[in-house]
Amino acid sequence: MSSAAVDTVPARPFAEPLPRRKPVRTARVWALRTPIPRGWRIALMACSVLVPLVAWVAVSAAGVVQEQFLPSPQEVWAAGLEMAKSGQLFDDTWASVRRILIGFGLAIVVSVPLGLVMGSFSAGQALFEPAVGLLRYLPASAFIPLLTIWLGIGEPSKWMLLFIGTVFFNTLMTADVVRQVPRALVDVSYTLGARRGEVLRKVVVPHALPGMIDCVRVNAAAAWNFVVVAELINSEEGLGYRIARSQRFLASDRIFAVLVVIAVLGLAFDILLRVLRDRVGRWVA
Amino acid sequence: MTLLSLADVGMRFGSFTALDGITLDVPAGQFVCLVGASGSGKSTLLSLIAGLTRPTNGAVAINGAPVIGPGPDRGLVFQSGAIYPFRNVERNVGFGLELLPLSRAERKRRVDWYLAETGLTALRSKLPRQLSGGQRQRVAIARALACEPAVLLLDEPFGALDVQTKEDMQVFIRRVWRDTGTTVLMVTHDVEEAVFLGERVVVLACDPGRVATDIVVDLPKDRDLAVKRLPEFLALRAQVEDQVRAFHHGTAQL
Repeated sequence: MSSAAVDTVPARPFAEPLPRRKPVRTARVWALRTPIPRGWRIALMACSVLVPLVAWVAVSAAGVVQEQFLPSPQEVWAAGLEMAKSGQLFDDTWASVRRILIGFGLAIVVSVPLGLVMGSFSAGQALFEPAVGLLRYLPASAFIPLLTIWLGIGEPSKWMLLFIGTVFFNTLMTADVVRQVPRALVDVSYTLGARRGEVLRKVVVPHALPGMIDCVRVNAAAAWNFVVVAELINSEEGLGYRIARSQRFLASDRIFAVLVVIAVLGLAFDILLRVLRDRVGRWVA
Repeated sequence: MTLLSLADVGMRFGSFTALDGITLDVPAGQFVCLVGASGSGKSTLLSLIAGLTRPTNGAVAINGAPVIGPGPDRGLVFQSGAIYPFRNVERNVGFGLELLPLSRAERKRRVDWYLAETGLTALRSKLPRQLSGGQRQRVAIARALACEPAVLLLDEPFGALDVQTKEDMQVFIRRVWRDTGTTVLMVTHDVEEAVFLGERVVVLACDPGRVATDIVVDLPKDRDLAVKRLPEFLALRAQVEDQVRAFHHGTAQL
Protein backbone atom coordinates (compact mmCIF):
# COMPACT_ATOMS: atom_id res chain seq x y z
CA MET A 1 0.00 0.00 0.00
CA SER A 2 2.71 2.46 0.99
CA SER A 3 4.86 1.69 -2.06
CA ALA A 4 1.91 2.41 -4.34
CA ALA A 5 1.50 5.79 -2.66
CA VAL A 6 5.15 6.63 -3.27
CA ASP A 7 4.88 5.74 -6.96
CA THR A 8 2.12 8.26 -7.60
CA VAL A 9 4.12 11.30 -6.38
CA PRO A 10 5.27 13.39 -9.39
CA ALA A 11 8.95 14.21 -9.96
CA ARG A 12 10.34 17.21 -8.09
CA PRO A 13 9.24 20.31 -10.02
CA PHE A 14 12.23 22.35 -8.72
CA ALA A 15 15.63 21.78 -10.25
CA GLU A 16 17.94 24.37 -8.64
CA PRO A 17 19.79 23.19 -5.54
CA LEU A 18 18.70 24.78 -2.27
CA PRO A 19 20.86 27.87 -1.51
CA ARG A 20 23.28 27.23 1.38
CA ARG A 21 24.10 29.72 4.11
CA LYS A 22 27.75 30.41 4.87
CA PRO A 23 28.86 28.23 7.79
CA VAL A 24 29.68 30.16 10.96
CA ARG A 25 31.95 29.29 13.84
CA THR A 26 30.20 28.50 17.15
CA ALA A 27 30.60 31.25 19.72
CA ARG A 28 33.03 30.45 22.53
CA VAL A 29 31.67 32.45 25.42
CA TRP A 30 28.24 33.66 24.28
CA ALA A 31 27.02 30.33 22.89
CA LEU A 32 23.39 29.53 23.71
CA ARG A 33 22.98 27.23 26.72
CA THR A 34 26.57 26.04 26.72
CA PRO A 35 29.00 25.93 29.65
CA ILE A 36 31.91 28.36 29.38
CA PRO A 37 35.58 27.87 30.35
CA ARG A 38 36.18 28.11 34.08
CA GLY A 39 38.45 31.15 33.82
CA TRP A 40 35.85 33.07 31.88
CA ARG A 41 33.16 32.20 34.36
CA ILE A 42 35.18 33.39 37.36
CA ALA A 43 36.22 36.57 35.56
CA LEU A 44 32.64 37.41 34.59
CA MET A 45 31.39 36.69 38.10
CA ALA A 46 34.04 39.00 39.53
CA CYS A 47 33.06 41.72 37.05
CA SER A 48 29.44 41.42 38.11
CA VAL A 49 30.35 42.63 41.61
CA LEU A 50 33.52 44.63 41.02
CA VAL A 51 32.35 46.89 38.17
CA PRO A 52 29.48 48.53 40.12
CA LEU A 53 31.69 48.72 43.21
CA VAL A 54 34.55 50.40 41.35
CA ALA A 55 32.08 52.76 39.67
CA TRP A 56 30.75 53.71 43.09
CA VAL A 57 34.24 54.37 44.46
CA ALA A 58 35.23 56.34 41.35
CA VAL A 59 32.11 58.52 41.30
CA SER A 60 32.31 59.38 45.00
CA ALA A 61 36.08 59.99 44.83
CA ALA A 62 35.65 62.30 41.84
CA GLY A 63 33.26 64.38 43.94
CA VAL A 64 30.79 64.91 41.08
CA VAL A 65 27.82 63.90 43.25
CA GLN A 66 26.99 65.48 46.59
CA GLU A 67 27.68 63.30 49.62
CA GLN A 68 24.06 63.54 50.73
CA PHE A 69 23.01 61.74 47.57
CA LEU A 70 25.82 59.28 47.20
CA PRO A 71 28.10 58.73 50.20
CA SER A 72 31.50 57.20 49.60
CA PRO A 73 32.13 53.55 50.53
CA GLN A 74 34.39 54.70 53.40
CA GLU A 75 31.57 56.82 54.86
CA VAL A 76 29.10 53.96 54.56
CA TRP A 77 31.55 51.62 56.29
CA ALA A 78 32.13 54.17 59.06
CA ALA A 79 28.39 54.74 59.52
CA GLY A 80 27.79 51.01 59.64
CA LEU A 81 30.58 50.48 62.12
CA GLU A 82 29.25 53.23 64.36
CA MET A 83 25.74 51.76 64.33
CA ALA A 84 27.17 48.32 65.01
CA LYS A 85 29.24 49.56 67.97
CA SER A 86 26.27 51.18 69.64
CA GLY A 87 24.36 47.90 69.35
CA GLN A 88 21.67 49.67 67.38
CA LEU A 89 22.36 47.77 64.18
CA PHE A 90 22.09 44.44 65.94
CA ASP A 91 18.82 45.39 67.64
CA ASP A 92 17.32 46.60 64.37
CA THR A 93 18.45 43.53 62.50
CA TRP A 94 17.06 41.20 65.14
CA ALA A 95 13.73 43.07 65.18
CA SER A 96 13.37 42.67 61.40
CA VAL A 97 14.56 39.06 61.35
CA ARG A 98 12.16 38.20 64.17
CA ARG A 99 9.24 39.68 62.24
CA ILE A 100 10.22 37.64 59.18
CA LEU A 101 10.59 34.45 61.20
CA ILE A 102 7.12 34.90 62.66
CA GLY A 103 5.21 36.37 59.71
CA PHE A 104 6.84 34.44 56.89
CA GLY A 105 7.13 31.34 59.10
CA LEU A 106 3.38 31.45 59.64
CA ALA A 107 2.87 31.84 55.89
CA ILE A 108 4.97 28.71 55.28
CA VAL A 109 3.10 26.73 57.91
CA VAL A 110 -0.19 27.59 56.20
CA SER A 111 0.83 27.57 52.54
CA VAL A 112 2.71 24.28 52.39
CA PRO A 113 -0.18 22.04 53.53
CA LEU A 114 -2.64 24.14 51.54
CA GLY A 115 -0.50 23.89 48.41
CA LEU A 116 -0.14 20.16 48.98
CA VAL A 117 -3.92 19.75 49.11
CA MET A 118 -4.43 22.00 46.06
CA GLY A 119 -1.77 20.19 44.05
CA SER A 120 -2.77 16.66 45.04
CA PHE A 121 -6.54 16.73 44.88
CA SER A 122 -8.71 18.10 42.07
CA ALA A 123 -11.31 18.78 44.74
CA GLY A 124 -8.74 20.78 46.71
CA GLN A 125 -7.85 22.77 43.64
CA ALA A 126 -11.50 23.49 42.87
CA LEU A 127 -12.11 24.50 46.47
CA PHE A 128 -9.13 26.79 47.08
CA GLU A 129 -7.67 27.92 43.78
CA PRO A 130 -10.33 30.50 42.84
CA ALA A 131 -10.08 32.23 46.24
CA VAL A 132 -6.30 32.07 46.51
CA GLY A 133 -5.86 33.10 42.88
CA LEU A 134 -8.03 36.17 43.49
CA LEU A 135 -6.48 37.17 46.83
CA ARG A 136 -3.03 36.97 45.28
CA TYR A 137 -3.86 39.97 43.12
CA LEU A 138 -4.70 42.21 46.07
CA PRO A 139 -1.55 44.24 46.86
CA ALA A 140 -0.52 43.40 50.40
CA SER A 141 0.52 47.00 51.04
CA ALA A 142 -3.09 48.05 50.48
CA PHE A 143 -3.96 46.10 53.62
CA ILE A 144 -1.76 48.25 55.87
CA PRO A 145 -4.51 50.72 56.85
CA LEU A 146 -6.99 47.89 57.46
CA LEU A 147 -4.47 45.89 59.45
CA THR A 148 -3.77 48.96 61.58
CA ILE A 149 -7.49 49.33 62.28
CA TRP A 150 -7.91 45.62 63.05
CA LEU A 151 -4.73 44.88 64.94
CA GLY A 152 -3.36 48.27 66.03
CA ILE A 153 0.13 49.55 65.29
CA GLY A 154 1.98 46.85 67.24
CA GLU A 155 3.74 43.72 66.12
CA PRO A 156 0.71 41.62 65.04
CA SER A 157 -0.17 43.99 62.18
CA LYS A 158 3.39 43.67 60.83
CA TRP A 159 3.32 39.88 61.07
CA MET A 160 0.00 39.88 59.24
CA LEU A 161 1.33 42.10 56.45
CA LEU A 162 4.20 39.68 55.91
CA PHE A 163 1.78 36.79 56.06
CA ILE A 164 -0.65 38.27 53.52
CA GLY A 165 2.18 39.31 51.25
CA THR A 166 3.71 35.86 50.96
CA VAL A 167 1.12 33.19 51.79
CA PHE A 168 -0.84 33.24 48.53
CA PHE A 169 2.18 33.14 46.24
CA ASN A 170 3.80 30.38 48.23
CA THR A 171 0.56 28.37 48.19
CA LEU A 172 0.16 28.56 44.41
CA MET A 173 3.82 27.86 43.73
CA THR A 174 3.81 24.88 46.12
CA ALA A 175 0.68 23.53 44.41
CA ASP A 176 2.46 23.79 41.06
CA VAL A 177 5.44 21.85 42.35
CA VAL A 178 3.16 19.15 43.78
CA ARG A 179 1.31 18.90 40.47
CA GLN A 180 4.59 18.03 38.77
CA VAL A 181 4.83 14.72 40.62
CA PRO A 182 4.43 12.20 37.75
CA ARG A 183 1.05 10.51 37.69
CA ALA A 184 2.76 7.15 37.02
CA LEU A 185 4.55 7.34 40.40
CA VAL A 186 1.21 7.76 42.15
CA ASP A 187 -0.44 4.97 40.16
CA VAL A 188 2.41 2.54 40.68
CA SER A 189 2.34 3.21 44.43
CA TYR A 190 -1.29 2.15 44.57
CA THR A 191 -0.45 -1.08 42.73
CA LEU A 192 2.25 -1.73 45.36
CA GLY A 193 -0.41 -1.59 48.04
CA ALA A 194 -0.04 1.98 49.32
CA ARG A 195 -3.10 3.80 50.64
CA ARG A 196 -3.86 7.44 49.83
CA GLY A 197 -2.16 8.86 52.91
CA GLU A 198 0.91 6.70 52.35
CA VAL A 199 1.17 7.87 48.74
CA LEU A 200 1.07 11.48 49.93
CA ARG A 201 3.63 10.92 52.68
CA LYS A 202 6.01 8.52 50.96
CA VAL A 203 5.79 9.64 47.32
CA VAL A 204 4.25 13.08 46.76
CA VAL A 205 5.98 14.94 49.61
CA PRO A 206 9.50 13.53 49.05
CA HIS A 207 9.23 14.18 45.33
CA ALA A 208 8.01 17.77 45.80
CA LEU A 209 10.25 18.70 48.74
CA PRO A 210 13.21 20.22 46.83
CA GLY A 211 10.78 22.29 44.74
CA MET A 212 8.94 23.42 47.89
CA ILE A 213 12.21 24.69 49.35
CA ASP A 214 12.83 26.60 46.13
CA CYS A 215 9.42 28.27 46.51
CA VAL A 216 10.37 29.40 50.01
CA ARG A 217 13.65 30.75 48.64
CA VAL A 218 11.88 32.85 46.02
CA ASN A 219 9.29 34.17 48.45
CA ALA A 220 11.87 35.00 51.13
CA ALA A 221 12.81 37.98 48.96
CA ALA A 222 9.19 39.15 49.09
CA ALA A 223 9.25 38.72 52.87
CA TRP A 224 12.20 41.14 53.14
CA ASN A 225 10.32 43.53 50.91
CA PHE A 226 7.27 43.54 53.16
CA VAL A 227 9.13 43.75 56.47
CA VAL A 228 10.80 46.97 55.29
CA VAL A 229 7.48 48.36 54.04
CA ALA A 230 5.85 47.58 57.39
CA GLU A 231 8.65 49.25 59.31
CA LEU A 232 8.74 52.32 57.09
CA ILE A 233 5.14 53.09 58.00
CA ASN A 234 5.26 52.92 61.77
CA SER A 235 7.72 51.24 63.99
CA GLU A 236 10.20 51.83 66.80
CA GLU A 237 12.93 49.55 65.60
CA GLY A 238 13.92 47.43 62.64
CA LEU A 239 16.00 47.94 59.53
CA GLY A 240 13.15 49.60 57.65
CA TYR A 241 12.59 51.97 60.57
CA ARG A 242 16.30 52.83 60.58
CA ILE A 243 16.09 53.74 56.89
CA ALA A 244 13.06 55.97 57.44
CA ARG A 245 14.69 57.64 60.46
CA SER A 246 18.01 58.22 58.65
CA GLN A 247 16.13 59.90 55.85
CA ARG A 248 14.89 62.56 58.26
CA PHE A 249 18.52 63.49 59.05
CA LEU A 250 19.60 63.19 55.41
CA ALA A 251 22.00 60.47 56.64
CA SER A 252 22.24 58.60 53.36
CA ASP A 253 25.44 56.92 54.54
CA ARG A 254 23.39 55.15 57.19
CA ILE A 255 20.70 54.22 54.65
CA PHE A 256 23.38 52.66 52.50
CA ALA A 257 24.81 50.77 55.44
CA VAL A 258 21.38 49.32 56.26
CA LEU A 259 20.86 48.32 52.61
CA VAL A 260 24.16 46.48 52.65
CA VAL A 261 23.09 44.60 55.79
CA ILE A 262 19.77 43.63 54.17
CA ALA A 263 21.55 42.41 51.04
CA VAL A 264 24.03 40.32 53.04
CA LEU A 265 21.29 38.81 55.22
CA GLY A 266 19.12 38.01 52.22
CA LEU A 267 22.02 36.35 50.45
CA ALA A 268 22.95 34.35 53.55
CA PHE A 269 19.37 33.09 53.90
CA ASP A 270 19.27 32.18 50.24
CA ILE A 271 22.53 30.24 50.42
CA LEU A 272 21.31 28.43 53.53
CA LEU A 273 18.13 27.34 51.76
CA ARG A 274 20.05 26.36 48.66
CA VAL A 275 22.36 24.13 50.68
CA LEU A 276 19.31 22.56 52.32
CA ARG A 277 17.63 22.06 48.93
CA ASP A 278 20.74 20.42 47.49
CA ARG A 279 21.00 18.09 50.49
CA VAL A 280 17.34 17.09 50.33
CA GLY A 281 17.35 16.90 46.53
CA ARG A 282 20.51 14.93 45.97
CA TRP A 283 18.46 12.58 43.81
CA VAL A 284 17.56 15.32 41.31
CA ALA A 285 19.68 14.90 38.18
CA MET B 1 -7.29 -23.18 37.36
CA THR B 2 -8.28 -19.71 36.18
CA LEU B 3 -6.41 -16.93 37.91
CA LEU B 4 -7.50 -13.90 35.96
CA SER B 5 -10.77 -13.66 34.14
CA LEU B 6 -12.20 -10.88 32.03
CA ALA B 7 -15.87 -11.21 31.15
CA ASP B 8 -17.22 -9.04 28.33
CA VAL B 9 -15.04 -6.12 29.41
CA GLY B 10 -15.71 -2.84 27.60
CA MET B 11 -14.30 0.64 28.05
CA ARG B 12 -15.77 3.79 26.59
CA PHE B 13 -14.39 7.32 26.88
CA GLY B 14 -17.35 9.49 25.92
CA SER B 15 -18.39 8.40 22.44
CA PHE B 16 -15.07 6.63 21.80
CA THR B 17 -15.00 2.89 22.41
CA ALA B 18 -11.50 1.81 23.44
CA LEU B 19 -12.31 -1.80 24.31
CA ASP B 20 -15.32 -3.87 23.42
CA GLY B 21 -16.41 -7.29 24.66
CA ILE B 22 -13.04 -8.58 25.85
CA THR B 23 -13.36 -12.05 27.30
CA LEU B 24 -10.16 -13.69 28.42
CA ASP B 25 -9.17 -16.32 30.97
CA VAL B 26 -5.60 -16.67 32.16
CA PRO B 27 -4.65 -19.77 34.15
CA ALA B 28 -2.22 -19.44 37.04
CA GLY B 29 1.42 -19.53 36.04
CA GLN B 30 0.92 -18.75 32.37
CA PHE B 31 2.98 -16.25 30.40
CA VAL B 32 0.60 -14.38 28.11
CA CYS B 33 1.56 -11.68 25.64
CA LEU B 34 -0.95 -9.16 24.34
CA VAL B 35 -0.03 -7.68 20.98
CA GLY B 36 -1.79 -5.23 18.75
CA ALA B 37 -1.11 -2.06 16.80
CA SER B 38 -1.30 1.25 18.61
CA GLY B 39 -4.87 2.19 19.30
CA SER B 40 -5.94 -1.35 20.12
CA GLY B 41 -6.37 -0.43 23.80
CA LYS B 42 -3.60 -2.70 25.10
CA SER B 43 -2.52 -0.31 27.85
CA THR B 44 -6.10 0.52 28.75
CA LEU B 45 -6.76 -3.18 29.24
CA LEU B 46 -3.76 -3.52 31.56
CA SER B 47 -4.83 -0.49 33.58
CA LEU B 48 -8.30 -2.05 33.97
CA ILE B 49 -6.78 -5.27 35.28
CA ALA B 50 -4.52 -3.29 37.61
CA GLY B 51 -7.65 -1.58 38.90
CA LEU B 52 -6.40 1.93 38.15
CA THR B 53 -9.48 2.49 35.99
CA ARG B 54 -12.90 0.85 36.09
CA PRO B 55 -14.45 -0.74 33.00
CA THR B 56 -17.67 0.82 31.71
CA ASN B 57 -18.90 -2.67 30.93
CA GLY B 58 -18.24 -6.23 32.11
CA ALA B 59 -16.08 -7.38 35.00
CA VAL B 60 -12.51 -8.26 35.87
CA ALA B 61 -11.91 -10.92 38.50
CA ILE B 62 -8.79 -12.27 40.11
CA ASN B 63 -9.06 -15.67 41.80
CA GLY B 64 -12.82 -15.28 41.47
CA ALA B 65 -12.94 -11.99 43.39
CA PRO B 66 -13.96 -8.86 41.45
CA VAL B 67 -11.28 -6.20 41.03
CA ILE B 68 -12.42 -3.00 42.74
CA GLY B 69 -9.14 -1.09 42.84
CA PRO B 70 -5.38 -1.37 42.56
CA GLY B 71 -3.55 -3.78 44.86
CA PRO B 72 -0.25 -5.58 45.31
CA ASP B 73 -1.72 -8.84 44.00
CA ARG B 74 -1.45 -7.29 40.52
CA GLY B 75 2.03 -5.82 40.14
CA LEU B 76 2.32 -3.29 37.32
CA VAL B 77 5.46 -2.28 35.44
CA PHE B 78 5.25 0.75 33.17
CA GLN B 79 7.28 1.37 30.04
CA SER B 80 8.83 4.35 31.84
CA GLY B 81 9.52 2.12 34.86
CA ALA B 82 8.11 4.78 37.17
CA ILE B 83 10.68 4.04 39.84
CA TYR B 84 10.98 6.53 42.69
CA PRO B 85 13.82 8.91 41.75
CA PHE B 86 14.37 9.89 45.40
CA ARG B 87 14.85 6.31 46.65
CA ASN B 88 17.91 4.20 45.96
CA VAL B 89 17.59 0.79 44.35
CA GLU B 90 17.05 -1.23 47.51
CA ARG B 91 14.54 1.23 48.96
CA ASN B 92 12.66 1.16 45.65
CA VAL B 93 12.47 -2.62 45.78
CA GLY B 94 11.41 -2.53 49.43
CA PHE B 95 8.62 0.06 48.98
CA GLY B 96 5.72 -2.38 49.00
CA LEU B 97 7.22 -4.33 51.93
CA GLU B 98 7.53 -1.17 54.05
CA LEU B 99 3.73 -0.97 54.04
CA LEU B 100 3.35 -4.43 55.54
CA PRO B 101 3.87 -5.58 59.13
CA LEU B 102 7.26 -7.20 58.51
CA SER B 103 10.31 -7.02 60.73
CA ARG B 104 13.29 -5.12 59.41
CA ALA B 105 15.29 -8.35 59.13
CA GLU B 106 12.53 -10.12 57.22
CA ARG B 107 12.17 -7.19 54.85
CA LYS B 108 15.90 -7.13 54.20
CA ARG B 109 15.96 -10.88 53.57
CA ARG B 110 13.29 -10.54 50.94
CA VAL B 111 14.76 -7.42 49.31
CA ASP B 112 18.15 -9.15 49.19
CA TRP B 113 16.70 -12.13 47.37
CA TYR B 114 14.92 -10.02 44.73
CA LEU B 115 18.02 -7.87 44.26
CA ALA B 116 20.05 -11.02 43.64
CA GLU B 117 17.41 -12.52 41.35
CA THR B 118 17.33 -9.37 39.21
CA GLY B 119 21.10 -8.88 39.25
CA LEU B 120 20.93 -5.61 41.17
CA THR B 121 22.86 -6.50 44.32
CA ALA B 122 25.91 -4.46 43.32
CA LEU B 123 23.72 -1.46 42.52
CA ARG B 124 21.65 -1.56 45.70
CA SER B 125 22.62 1.88 46.99
CA LYS B 126 22.61 3.66 43.63
CA LEU B 127 20.05 6.35 42.83
CA PRO B 128 17.82 5.87 39.75
CA ARG B 129 19.54 8.71 37.90
CA GLN B 130 22.76 6.69 38.01
CA LEU B 131 21.16 3.67 36.31
CA SER B 132 20.78 2.71 32.66
CA GLY B 133 17.38 2.13 31.09
CA GLY B 134 17.62 -1.66 31.43
CA GLN B 135 18.69 -1.43 35.06
CA ARG B 136 15.73 0.83 35.85
CA GLN B 137 13.34 -1.71 34.37
CA ARG B 138 14.95 -4.41 36.51
CA VAL B 139 14.29 -2.25 39.56
CA ALA B 140 10.66 -1.77 38.53
CA ILE B 141 10.22 -5.51 37.99
CA ALA B 142 11.95 -6.42 41.28
CA ARG B 143 9.79 -3.88 43.14
CA ALA B 144 6.59 -5.40 41.73
CA LEU B 145 7.79 -9.00 42.35
CA ALA B 146 8.73 -8.29 45.97
CA CYS B 147 5.01 -7.89 46.72
CA GLU B 148 4.51 -11.45 45.43
CA PRO B 149 1.79 -10.56 42.94
CA ALA B 150 -0.61 -13.23 41.69
CA VAL B 151 -0.07 -11.71 38.26
CA LEU B 152 2.69 -9.47 36.97
CA LEU B 153 1.38 -6.91 34.46
CA LEU B 154 4.02 -5.58 32.11
CA ASP B 155 3.13 -2.57 29.94
CA GLU B 156 5.67 -2.49 27.09
CA PRO B 157 8.45 -2.71 29.67
CA PHE B 158 11.26 -3.01 27.10
CA GLY B 159 9.81 -0.66 24.51
CA ALA B 160 12.31 2.14 25.18
CA LEU B 161 15.42 -0.06 25.31
CA ASP B 162 18.01 -0.65 22.60
CA VAL B 163 17.86 -4.01 20.81
CA GLN B 164 20.74 -5.71 22.68
CA THR B 165 19.48 -4.63 26.11
CA LYS B 166 16.00 -5.65 25.08
CA GLU B 167 17.10 -9.20 24.26
CA ASP B 168 18.99 -9.44 27.54
CA MET B 169 15.84 -8.35 29.33
CA GLN B 170 13.74 -10.90 27.45
CA VAL B 171 16.00 -13.72 28.60
CA PHE B 172 15.95 -12.17 32.07
CA ILE B 173 12.16 -11.97 32.37
CA ARG B 174 11.75 -15.58 31.20
CA ARG B 175 14.17 -16.68 33.91
CA VAL B 176 12.37 -14.64 36.55
CA TRP B 177 9.06 -16.11 35.43
CA ARG B 178 10.50 -19.64 35.71
CA ASP B 179 12.10 -18.96 39.13
CA THR B 180 9.11 -17.27 40.75
CA GLY B 181 6.29 -19.17 39.07
CA THR B 182 4.29 -15.98 38.80
CA THR B 183 1.67 -15.40 36.13
CA VAL B 184 2.72 -12.81 33.58
CA LEU B 185 0.54 -10.70 31.32
CA MET B 186 2.68 -8.59 29.05
CA VAL B 187 1.61 -5.94 26.58
CA THR B 188 3.92 -5.29 23.65
CA HIS B 189 3.78 -4.15 20.05
CA ASP B 190 6.85 -6.20 19.19
CA VAL B 191 5.60 -9.46 17.69
CA GLU B 192 8.98 -11.20 17.86
CA GLU B 193 9.16 -10.40 21.57
CA ALA B 194 5.63 -11.68 22.12
CA VAL B 195 6.29 -15.00 20.38
CA PHE B 196 9.64 -15.46 22.10
CA LEU B 197 8.30 -14.77 25.58
CA GLY B 198 4.72 -15.98 25.60
CA GLU B 199 3.24 -19.41 25.99
CA ARG B 200 0.24 -17.78 24.43
CA VAL B 201 -0.15 -14.68 22.28
CA VAL B 202 -3.41 -12.76 22.21
CA VAL B 203 -3.81 -10.41 19.25
CA LEU B 204 -6.01 -7.38 19.78
CA ALA B 205 -7.89 -5.73 16.93
CA CYS B 206 -8.26 -1.96 16.65
CA ASP B 207 -11.27 0.35 16.67
CA PRO B 208 -12.62 -0.85 18.96
CA GLY B 209 -10.07 -2.97 20.84
CA ARG B 210 -11.25 -6.58 20.95
CA VAL B 211 -9.67 -10.03 20.92
CA ALA B 212 -8.84 -10.95 17.33
CA THR B 213 -7.03 -14.25 17.82
CA ASP B 214 -5.63 -16.28 20.65
CA ILE B 215 -2.57 -18.30 19.59
CA VAL B 216 -0.80 -21.01 21.57
CA VAL B 217 2.98 -20.78 21.19
CA ASP B 218 4.18 -24.32 20.69
CA LEU B 219 7.86 -23.81 21.39
CA PRO B 220 10.10 -25.51 23.97
CA LYS B 221 9.58 -24.33 27.55
CA ASP B 222 13.28 -23.59 27.96
CA ARG B 223 14.11 -21.03 25.32
CA ASP B 224 17.22 -19.07 24.61
CA LEU B 225 17.75 -16.45 21.94
CA ALA B 226 18.65 -19.18 19.40
CA VAL B 227 14.96 -20.10 19.31
CA LYS B 228 14.39 -16.92 17.33
CA ARG B 229 16.13 -18.57 14.36
CA LEU B 230 14.08 -21.79 14.33
CA PRO B 231 11.71 -22.23 11.38
CA GLU B 232 8.80 -22.91 13.78
CA PHE B 233 9.50 -19.61 15.49
CA LEU B 234 9.67 -17.71 12.22
CA ALA B 235 6.45 -19.29 10.98
CA LEU B 236 4.64 -18.43 14.18
CA ARG B 237 6.01 -14.91 14.12
CA ALA B 238 4.82 -14.44 10.54
CA GLN B 239 1.40 -15.77 11.47
CA VAL B 240 1.03 -13.32 14.35
CA GLU B 241 2.38 -10.43 12.28
CA ASP B 242 -0.22 -11.12 9.60
CA GLN B 243 -2.92 -11.11 12.25
CA VAL B 244 -1.75 -7.81 13.73
CA ARG B 245 -1.62 -6.24 10.27
CA ALA B 246 -5.00 -7.64 9.28
CA PHE B 247 -6.66 -6.14 12.31
CA HIS B 248 -4.85 -2.83 12.21
CA HIS B 249 -7.53 -0.23 11.47
CA GLY B 250 -5.66 1.32 8.51
CA THR B 251 -5.63 -1.95 6.62
CA ALA B 252 -8.62 -3.79 8.09
CA GLN B 253 -10.93 -2.54 5.34
CA LEU B 254 -8.68 -3.71 2.48
